[in-house]
Amino acid sequence: MGMTLAEKILAHKVGRDRVRPGELLEVPVDWVLAHEITTPAAIKMLEARDMDRVWNPERVVAVPDHTVPAKDIASAKLYQRLREWVQRHGIKHWYEVGRGGIAHTVFEASGLPAPGEVVVSGDSHTPNAGALGTFATGIGSTDLAGAIYAGKIWLRVPETLRIELKGRLNPGVYAKDIILEVIRRIGDDGARGMAMEWGGEGMATLSMEERFTLTNMAVEAGGMTGVIAADEVTQAYLREKGTPEERWHCFQPDPDAEYAQVVEVDLSQLEPVVAFPNRPGNGKPISEAVGIRIDQAYLGSCTNGRISDLRVAANILKGRQVAPWVRMIIVPATQEIYKQALREGLLEIFVEAGATVSYPSCGACLGMHTGVLGPNDVCISSTNRNFTGRMGHPTAQIYLASPAVVAASAVTGYITDPRTLESATEEAA
Amino acid sequence: MKIKGRVHVYARDHINTDEIIPARYLTSDDPAYLGQHVMEDLDPDFPRKVQPGDIIVAGKNFGTGSSREHAVWALKAAGVEMVIAESFANIFYRNAINNGFLIVELPNAPQYFETGDEVEVDLTAGWLKNLRTGEEATFTPLPEFAIKVREAGGYLEYLKASEQQ
Repeated sequence: MGMTLAEKILAHKVGRDRVRPGELLEVPVDWVLAHEITTPAAIKMLEARDMDRVWNPERVVAVPDHTVPAKDIASAKLYQRLREWVQRHGIKHWYEVGRGGIAHTVFEASGLPAPGEVVVSGDSHTPNAGALGTFATGIGSTDLAGAIYAGKIWLRVPETLRIELKGRLNPGVYAKDIILEVIRRIGDDGARGMAMEWGGEGMATLSMEERFTLTNMAVEAGGMTGVIAADEVTQAYLREKGTPEERWHCFQPDPDAEYAQVVEVDLSQLEPVVAFPNRPGNGKPISEAVGIRIDQAYLGSCTNGRISDLRVAANILKGRQVAPWVRMIIVPATQEIYKQALREGLLEIFVEAGATVSYPSCGACLGMHTGVLGPNDVCISSTNRNFTGRMGHPTAQIYLASPAVVAASAVTGYITDPRTLESATEEAA
Repeated sequence: MKIKGRVHVYARDHINTDEIIPARYLTSDDPAYLGQHVMEDLDPDFPRKVQPGDIIVAGKNFGTGSSREHAVWALKAAGVEMVIAESFANIFYRNAINNGFLIVELPNAPQYFETGDEVEVDLTAGWLKNLRTGEEATFTPLPEFAIKVREAGGYLEYLKASEQQ
């Protein structure tokens, strides 16, 4: 019996021919990604135990992102604790406010991660980087401290759930609809503790940006990680970002690999999906959501705040106005994306449409700042979670959808199928 | 190792870490402060009701969502001794083990209990009993690794000790 992609990466990392699901391993890590909410606690733990060292300062990437620029004194202190540690240990990759953005999105485009590497971070959306063929998983602060100190983590080799894509998406349907549909089908714990391995002939039709959206939300199905084997699309992306080729290990799953489950998705049959409150797995066809009145439309996050997402939204907002009763908040995920959107004239389109463009950060996705929801607010959001209280008040209602649905809904003031707006689904330039 | 405690039943699946400790409190990592707000978006009265040694009983996928270890710290600081759930989300499970926080995976956990019941749990044997109804159940005991971590006082102590050997 062969191995899945996740098993191959882990076997390679521990120097073995094969590993099996359920085995407990000590796995060397290649990258630790650190932000200002969960890392300061890890630093404090290490200091308190006389363990204040960094196993390899060149392999730590520190990106404050949750509440930057600081929203209050407490968050300013968290930022300071991270920065002081970065300076003290000579952490090589530090992305200051104004040069960074959301850690996952900065990291994916940094040229640092290479296929076959292991990435950990004190953040559940770490599987984002799995779209590059890495094994990337979210951990808590204690694990993070252990990884910073020793350059390794303990983990049980996960079983793998395979998602087999075929066909091609129709206009108006996006990667977000694929992942929301998969979570709807398998459930919010459908991949609990597993690696979600994406592949199939349909993968070749998806860009790197679309693929990141798929692996980003592995945790919303309970997944330990999401992985996509590196192919020509990946390799072209890595070359563009300058990732040294000698570090690539482009493993492929074996044809006779053993999967816990195989899910087939025909991309050509997909419709836009909207996840109703209060679970990402509570997806319904957009037809059931059309007409729900909204107060806020939020476009951003590590899931859908990339340049391709902003282009889709701009194509819809161009020459249109945000509905009078709606606040539309647009958050480019990184400074590089912000600059690109500026060059392409997208920011002007957003501002002219009556949307607010905010600075790169996690922002309102987790209800910390820049667009926190009040009691009973209804929000259509391109983010990843619609849990009770996630974006603010516990009575607020969050609907998750693609950037196209978010932009179309902002214009009409009601949840709207973007395919019903004239010229909304033409290929973005 | 035997534990006795009073249970609070939340017979729901997918209780997530945003509910256990909302992000609006994440600018602090002070356990005592976090404990004052534990579970408040799920049950605003919980921080007042919970007593040291209490046990939470829940459905599937407990602790799903954000990786915030603050969820475990908040539960511990509020005095919660253990969570018995049908299943746990991956990162919460790790965080619990790393903190030596007790967790028990028990199929159909909520059906054994009502809030206020007292339960006795033998973690090494994988056996528990509802002391009000007399009903007993068995479960898979914590893996050996988790027990070693707890005995060491936490994962970092375990790691440090293993490096010094």
